[in-house]
Amino acid sequence: MRLYRALLRLFPTAFREEYGDEMSAIFRMRARQTTGALPTLGLWAVTVEDIVRNAIVVHWDALQQDLRYAVRALARTPGFFATAILVTALGIGANTAAFSVADFVLVRPLPYAHADRLVKLAERTDDGTNQVSPALYQRWRTTSSSFDDMGAYYTNGVNLVGDGEPQRLDEAVVTASLLPTLGVQPLRGRLFTTADEHDGGTIILSYGLWQSRFGGADDVIGRRLLTDGAPREVIGVMPRDFRFPNRDVAFWTPMPLDQLRDEEITNTYWEVLGRLRPGTSVERARTEMDAVSRRIREQYPKELDGIGSSVVRLRDELSSQSRTLLLALCAAAACVLLIACANLASLLLARYLRRKREFLVRAALGAGRERLIRQCITESLVIAVLGGALGIALAIISVPLLTRLIPATLPIAKSPTIDGRIVLFAALLSTVTGVIFGALPAWRASNARDMSELREGTRAGGGQRERVRAALVVVEVTASVVLLVSAGLLLRALARIQATDPGFQSAHVLAVRTALPVPKYDSVTRRVALYEDVLREVRALPGVSSAAYISGLPLASGGAVWPVVPEGQESATTRPASAISRYVTPGYFRTLAIPLVRGRDVSDADIGSRPWAAVVSESFVRRYWPNEDPIGKRFKFLTDTRTVVGVVGDVRVRGLERTNEPQVYLSYRQVPDTGAASFFYPKELVIRSSTPPVALTAAVRRIVHRVDPDQPVSNVRTMDDIVSDVTAARATQVRVLGAFAFVAFLLAAVGIHGVLSYSVSSRSREIGVRMALGAQPRSVVRMVLRQAVVLAAAGVLPGVLLAYVAGRAMQGLLAGIKPADLETFGAVAVLCLVMTVAGSLAPALRAVRVDPATALRMDG
Amino acid sequence: MPPAAADIDRFLPLPPATFHILIALAKEDRHGYAVMQEIEERTDGAIRLSAGTLYRSIQRMLEQGLIRETRKRPAPELDDERRRYYRITPLGEVVARAEARRMAELVRMARAQGLVLGTT
Repeated sequence: MRLYRALLRLFPTAFREEYGDEMSAIFRMRARQTTGALPTLGLWAVTVEDIVRNAIVVHWDALQQDLRYAVRALARTPGFFATAILVTALGIGANTAAFSVADFVLVRPLPYAHADRLVKLAERTDDGTNQVSPALYQRWRTTSSSFDDMGAYYTNGVNLVGDGEPQRLDEAVVTASLLPTLGVQPLRGRLFTTADEHDGGTIILSYGLWQSRFGGADDVIGRRLLTDGAPREVIGVMPRDFRFPNRDVAFWTPMPLDQLRDEEITNTYWEVLGRLRPGTSVERARTEMDAVSRRIREQYPKELDGIGSSVVRLRDELSSQSRTLLLALCAAAACVLLIACANLASLLLARYLRRKREFLVRAALGAGRERLIRQCITESLVIAVLGGALGIALAIISVPLLTRLIPATLPIAKSPTIDGRIVLFAALLSTVTGVIFGALPAWRASNARDMSELREGTRAGGGQRERVRAALVVVEVTASVVLLVSAGLLLRALARIQATDPGFQSAHVLAVRTALPVPKYDSVTRRVALYEDVLREVRALPGVSSAAYISGLPLASGGAVWPVVPEGQESATTRPASAISRYVTPGYFRTLAIPLVRGRDVSDADIGSRPWAAVVSESFVRRYWPNEDPIGKRFKFLTDTRTVVGVVGDVRVRGLERTNEPQVYLSYRQVPDTGAASFFYPKELVIRSSTPPVALTAAVRRIVHRVDPDQPVSNVRTMDDIVSDVTAARATQVRVLGAFAFVAFLLAAVGIHGVLSYSVSSRSREIGVRMALGAQPRSVVRMVLRQAVVLAAAGVLPGVLLAYVAGRAMQGLLAGIKPADLETFGAVAVLCLVMTVAGSLAPALRAVRVDPATALRMDG
Repeated sequence: MPPAAADIDRFLPLPPATFHILIALAKEDRHGYAVMQEIEERTDGAIRLSAGTLYRSIQRMLEQGLIRETRKRPAPELDDERRRYYRITPLGEVVARAEARRMAELVRMARAQGLVLGTT
């Protein structure tokens, strides 16, 4: 019988109270008539089914009724309805968008089989991690036991020539073991084998390239094409969703044998991927690799001085900055939601207080408290569902704007999709928001004491409820202070980074890439002829003041870092420091406005038979020959001993937030004449012009096409674009946080306004009495303002503390701005003052307009 | 004031349980269990309402105004004070008649097509 009573709890209370006894009586009778185990079991089965089915129907009936009632009630107050939906939509939208991006980048597993066992291996130096040399990779692979297998790769830009236009594409050069280590199968054809490494001449296409270049042709396997002049046969096509190591790679080619067998242990340019054996932890692999590195170091004490190994999960191979960026975004979104919820609760509470009389009447007519609360929750659910739907729509619209926050280095698609899980997340969030923030005010508004208070016709009252609303406003102010300060700090950091002098002047400079495919351009003479023709014609274009070629643009291409051994220091036992190498044509420094401090530019006369000339940066001179005249000094770098002919200003090569190695510029006529050196060819054409640089694009394309029709022109950008790309992720984040902070700011002001309005209207009698007794309007305004300031201050104080904590947590993003940055906090304080005054303006005016006579008469 | 035709049509077709309850209350007031028994006897045990269906239907019919609770109670020795007695309302009668008419009409049409065995 007790079980039956428990089952009856599935019905709403009102129904249970009404019919529970009779139903129990009937069940008791039925139970008495039933004997034997099997019939009893049957009775229970029928009963459970009956109760569950009918309970659902009863609930559904009530819900329909509540819904009809809620929609009618809400439609009577469209202003409230719209505000509440908008507030919810903002909170849900911000969170859904932030969560989709964060989930996509940080949470969702990478699209490989057993992706949790994939790790990146790298050389660990004092400053961080570095690529791995082939020789070291081979030793790691053969001596470690924590891994099922390892594979190595590097990416490269190459010209693809086949049917149709030549194309500049990114390739990944991979060892035969790499793709199997990832655990992928080709969609068509086969993967590489060691035979491919020996013979070369094969290629695997990405799905995208197969579609775009071959129209998805079924007979693509066996087709032939040229990459940088080398003939290749298509042996496979990868699945549509396969991306590695990043989304830009269009095809994969096998690692050439000479690179596999490269014994130069300091020639680091490979990325290494490993698959942990099942059950082997990353920590164990790390310990083992430490031991392996130690043993290898004993064989190469000088070359590997200070070099260890690092093992990180592929999933975590994400800069800590990207991670902090996204976490800050999520935290900010959570703040917005918090504020939105507080606002919603405050709105609902005010609404229910206004509707108390209605509740009382309904209670008198027999509606139970449960029913009233249920009615309130239904109303807030209607708001939550509509607000949530609008929020999801907002998120779908805004997510594409956030793609800048998705690091290009991850092997994932460019933009997250809002999938079922995200919608579920948003729906849950909305429902929880609706239920909790609908039920709480309803609970308060309908609690018994309040009801009796109302019955007695009390008018003043509500001190406690006002406190609840005040607390909600304090929460809003606190959260908006945190957001404002965070956005402010990040804005200051962005401004500081953008103000960083990159060492060159980016304005009015166009950069394009001409590919110089080998073997066509593997001789200096052929290349020089092209440079001369192209540069002569480009320089003749109207508005162009100078133009030059370089092997790698600052802030856009990395690499080409080599050890430097100054003359006289060859016997040193420590690993030599490195410098960044670039090959340039004369005029490069003028084109980018890099100051030439001493000596001369490289010249057309620096040819193979002359001494190997080098222009070095100031930091290079400071490191090796401080207080000496560097001109004429010699150092071993790359293949040869170079002579310093000039000194130029330092340039930020690796980014605006990082320091980088000194730079060494070498003559375009002294590039070594071997096929493997194509990497060093100056391919980037930079042009300074007094006309808008982009307008030159068509003319430059025509010139290059005239000089060599097989030459693709790609990567057309302005140097300004390149510089702003460096801070794009940050700029996006600042914009998003700024938007969040703005919303928070508005909502908090609305919250203050709401509380004060209510307070003024409930105290109008008191105000009237004061004015009747001769109080000046000024003192009334002061009274209202004092209340506003107390509210704001109560929110600002914890807000400032929390903001400082938030600032500390994202110090890595602040580019040296202190988390306690006075200017930011000062600005936020002023904003809060504005917010408080703006929020209290209307209520204060209303208070002043209170007519003492009317106010006094109200109470009879 | 007699209910308008549109108001009555709103109820049709009646759920079978509702119709049975209205029939059971047509001639006399009954409490819930008695309604159940009446339906069971009248249909020779073919239809046996479950307690949940019965009271859920009663609740809805009360809200719709098809039946109402009655204060008039039987002789005390027959009474159980837990029990509530229900009476059909004028609206309930009108609706029940309308439903019966609707069904009769259906049967007539079925018969015209030879779908009903027996006399024509």
